[in-house]
Amino acid sequence: MGLLRRLLQLIVTVVAVTFFSALLLQLLPGDPVEVLAPFSSEEQRDVIREDLGLDDPFVVRYAGWLGGFVTGDMGNYYTVSSKRPVSDRVADALPISLQLMIYSQLISLAFAIPVGVYAAARKGRIFDKFSNATAFAMLAIPNFALALLLQYFLGVKWQLFPTSGYTKITEDPSMHFQQMVLPCVTLAVGQFAVYMRLLRSDMIATLQQDFILLAKSKGMSSRRILFRHALRPSSLTLLTVAGLSVGTLIGGALIVEVLFQIPGMGLMLAEAIATRQMVAFQSLIAIVAILYVLVNFGVDLLYSALDPRIRHDRTR
Amino acid sequence: MPSIHGFDMTEHVDPDPEHTEAETRGVGLAPSVIGTAEAVGVAIGDTVPEDPEGKPDAKGKIGIGGWLAISWLGLILALALLAPVLPLHDPLEQFSGLASSGPQTGHPLGTDALGRDMLSRVIWGSRASLAIGLGAITFGMLIGGFLGLVTGFFKGRVDAIVTPLMSLLLAIPQFVLALSLVTVLAASADVSDTRRILVVILGLGITTIPILGRITRANTFSWSEREFVTAAEAVGARKWRIMIRSVLPNVFPAMLSIAMLGVGLAMIAEGGLSVFGVGVQLPQPSWGNIIAEGRNQLRRAPHIVIFTSVVLFLTVLALNFLGDVISKRFDVREGQL
Repeated sequence: MGLLRRLLQLIVTVVAVTFFSALLLQLLPGDPVEVLAPFSSEEQRDVIREDLGLDDPFVVRYAGWLGGFVTGDMGNYYTVSSKRPVSDRVADALPISLQLMIYSQLISLAFAIPVGVYAAARKGRIFDKFSNATAFAMLAIPNFALALLLQYFLGVKWQLFPTSGYTKITEDPSMHFQQMVLPCVTLAVGQFAVYMRLLRSDMIATLQQDFILLAKSKGMSSRRILFRHALRPSSLTLLTVAGLSVGTLIGGALIVEVLFQIPGMGLMLAEAIATRQMVAFQSLIAIVAILYVLVNFGVDLLYSALDPRIRHDRTR
Repeated sequence: MPSIHGFDMTEHVDPDPEHTEAETRGVGLAPSVIGTAEAVGVAIGDTVPEDPEGKPDAKGKIGIGGWLAISWLGLILALALLAPVLPLHDPLEQFSGLASSGPQTGHPLGTDALGRDMLSRVIWGSRASLAIGLGAITFGMLIGGFLGLVTGFFKGRVDAIVTPLMSLLLAIPQFVLALSLVTVLAASADVSDTRRILVVILGLGITTIPILGRITRANTFSWSEREFVTAAEAVGARKWRIMIRSVLPNVFPAMLSIAMLGVGLAMIAEGGLSVFGVGVQLPQPSWGNIIAEGRNQLRRAPHIVIFTSVVLFLTVLALNFLGDVISKRFDVREGQL
């Protein structure tokens, strides 16, 4: 029942979000065709107008879009002389953005988990205070500023990493990773700070529980206690937040993709907004929303797998 | 409540997650800084076992850091307000032959790509950035706060209609929402400078409505179950009066602490919008657009980006710090009782 209800929620959400974005675009003044194809002839415009259903009432147009989207037709990208299916470009752009986000998540978690665990274990000591203060400061760094500062110091000044561009991993793995370092670090810094602080406070709470005392009195090594016994029950909130931060990551990825010239969904969305490709825009927003809701759906499933107690706790 | 993520985080709410020094499970309000106010919801939604070693006396002190933060913000605010009477160069005046040059006499922060004085641009830019930060959050507080208060207090039908709508807005990543709103709104307004700032304020303000609404609702929810509310009802006080006079003052600190973070967030978001060219329009300076424009000069004149970034960073840091102090000081934890 739960699963079915969630699926229904997913569908309602996606429909509502896209309807909302369609409505928003409806508010744009002026003739959209003028923007899409400024130098086109009257006949060409009529074709585009017909194609977009601009003469239809709003609701009809939206229904048409939804029907297409469900069957994989995401509409077209219009240029002066041609049109190209949005789905073509999404197929190229989506994996790139996903790579960017997955790498960033991995980097931030790879640092946040050990630092958070260690800080909690040494609560109040220098390492804890230092890492906590650093994380707090990291939260105040604007991502676009960080991107530029990294580009300048690590890219231009010390020439450690390339400052822009994207290479496919299949073409040149070494170049691929080199180019991904700066954008991923940019995104990872903020996430690291959130995760680390969260895990630290969760760990501190867990470490006060009786079963930890029991483990200690059995003479287990503290490393084993920390990573085998305490980490798992402490990682639940972290997991939730990691799921929810996908929203932040998407926003960050947008900016980072522009600053580092990475041809992902962000660059595409920006282009769609700038050139008022409403159908494309709507499709892209829908994909982003679905992605976001799906990730959180998955996190919720993982949740009960990680902690059997949850099933009882959450049925309240 | 058909919450999008399926978590109903509002049932058991600790309005102040970091109420004692270190032991609480929430990360405090920290995650919202980059835009995950949803994460704040999660952080806030956790109740925490008490730490026996916790030192409750440490909370609520402003401390050295707090005073530093207040001084910094005071300085920035004073400079922003006094900019017209300060002995500064015109932020639009171009000094020929001085393009992209570093700090020197007469131009302590150097000049930008067009030879405009950076100190003056940063100070004048603070006006736009602060106006946007404060304006957007005030807007969000008024509308989101009102909706949150009403839905959390009256529950029932209002709640059933408004809350899903707010959750819906949260299903779009915030920056994407802000970017779309500002793009659309800016296209309809003819772009004079002041108008443009209003458009950015409106776009970012709308984005913050569901966040502030959700947090206010969660807090109102737990406060409205308290005895003094029942008591007020028993003596026959009108519902609205109870909501405004009894519940709101208790919910306000949590709203304020989120709002502090929100101001910083909105200022950062304006910079993000500037990267897409839809923030405050050049030549009028804002911290965001100075940095975004400065990226073209990164090789020749990195000081443009570096100085402005440091100022923006310190300001956001100060706001976050004070938000943290507020949330510790107004320990609203008894709300759980």
